[in-house]
Amino acid sequence: MTLETSVGRIELERPGMVASGIMGETGPSMARMIASGAGAVVTKSIGAEPKAGYPNPCFTEIKSGYVNAMGLPNPGIELFADEMRIAVAAGPVIGSVYGADADEFAMLAGRMEDYGAAAVELNLSCPHAKGYGMELGTDPEGVKQIVVAVKGAVDIPVWAKLTPNTRSIADIGLAVQEAGGDAVVAINTLKAMVISPEMRKPVLSNKFGGLSGPAVRAVGVRAVYDLYTTVDIPIVGVGGVTDAHDALQYIMAGAAAFQVGSAVAKGGPDVFDEINKGLERFMMDYGYKSISEMIGVANE
Amino acid sequence: MSNYARITGITVEAYDTKTIEFQWDEKARPGQFAMAWVPGMEEIPMSLSKIGRIKSITVKNIGESTNRLHQLTIGDTLRLRGPYGSGYDLKKGVKYLVVGGGIGVASVLPVIKETGADTIIGARTDKDIILYDQAHRYASDIWISTDDGSRGFHGNAVELMREKCDENRYDCVIACGPEAMLYHLYKACEDLGLDCQMSLERHMKCGAGLCGCCMIDDQRVCKDGPVFNKEQLSGMTEFGVSKRDTCGRLVKFG
Repeated sequence: MTLETSVGRIELERPGMVASGIMGETGPSMARMIASGAGAVVTKSIGAEPKAGYPNPCFTEIKSGYVNAMGLPNPGIELFADEMRIAVAAGPVIGSVYGADADEFAMLAGRMEDYGAAAVELNLSCPHAKGYGMELGTDPEGVKQIVVAVKGAVDIPVWAKLTPNTRSIADIGLAVQEAGGDAVVAINTLKAMVISPEMRKPVLSNKFGGLSGPAVRAVGVRAVYDLYTTVDIPIVGVGGVTDAHDALQYIMAGAAAFQVGSAVAKGGPDVFDEINKGLERFMMDYGYKSISEMIGVANE
Repeated sequence: MSNYARITGITVEAYDTKTIEFQWDEKARPGQFAMAWVPGMEEIPMSLSKIGRIKSITVKNIGESTNRLHQLTIGDTLRLRGPYGSGYDLKKGVKYLVVGGGIGVASVLPVIKETGADTIIGARTDKDIILYDQAHRYASDIWISTDDGSRGFHGNAVELMREKCDENRYDCVIACGPEAMLYHLYKACEDLGLDCQMSLERHMKCGAGLCGCCMIDDQRVCKDGPVFNKEQLSGMTEFGVSKRDTCGRLVKFG
């Protein structure tokens, strides 16, 4: 029995990755996550220039998840070289990038390739950054242009992270595939808001943000199921995975691998070890020898 | 989870420092912190200077957000997330020496209450000393150092700590204060063969161990810390040397 899986030509020893935005801003934190049992780590989304993000409060807990509007804080692609050097030495690193247009995405992806990223993940889905992310990622034609530009600029696989805040995530997935994208990653956070009745105001400084955690899992699983029936390229499932049982939902919906984000708050970096053990127990109990035997079986 | 607390008391501790008290039913340990917010300020991490059913934060007015906290009055509502962080690991039978520098006394006050340990309070001048009366009530012995000699020992808290460690036997130093003080205190503990636990600070965003913005090396200050033990401190290359800014850039301490 093995936990090995592959997303196209990227081979992973373990199927769980650290989702973008989680412990992915510094080299030492990424190295720690890989050492804790993650199959790979996706970096914080990196842009052309340093960015401080939104003022606090940019994060709040709700009953079954979190709502955040960090505002894409990052040190910029130039300085991120130092962090990548440390992270890449520890294991597979997927470089997440955000740009304002196709050219910027292509430039950033090229730098990530130079830094040794195993693949690049295009942030076409952040729900709270003006002029970036979801604002570009809900238009199939725009998505196609970005993916084509990035494919022309790099040899490493190009993954597109999709937003559920759209009429049809499958249409966006198809656009990625038609443009030559190597995989789709679904889902990013759901656009959301938390209001404080005591303060008579939205809590986040940006007013709205993105919902993550267990609250979005069923939406994510549905999105992956839809994508699996529509596209032929591999799918990476993300949204509310806290244990092996959650991860299996994504795999059986059609994901070749999955990412874990919010669960790191409660489970700590050790959450990956726990999930890996749980997957092995399940595969033992139900007679599966590999992850690939389980991918998409709920569609049959 | 987040909670709302009505302010029940405000105490002026010094010309620039106030303690804000409120009833907040969450359980808290010495050394834990809360993310505090009211509209019109940035949410900021604040050490809990009282941790019973009545809790408090002690706020030094150093900028816009702390100034907003200073404007609050009894009956106003404060939003709190937490309590977060590891806190101090206090054991019976260990002889502690507590060192609080400047506003750092707020973080160690619950330790003094719980252990009755000997305490050093360090400040720039006599008028910067805070929480002395409260610490005095619980500490077995208490000493003050001021940089200008206007009260107590003339010098810094680390020099006074070395003196007190000559006179008495301690097992472990517990400290919170400016990072330069903590770094030299840590070096002194190494020299003297003492154990230590120190509460550190970095720019925080989520406070809950997720975003990785408050890293020191591979440690999250909000979740793995803010209190770190000697072994953890000894593995840090950034302690006393550099910190991350709001963009995540590594910046050397000036």
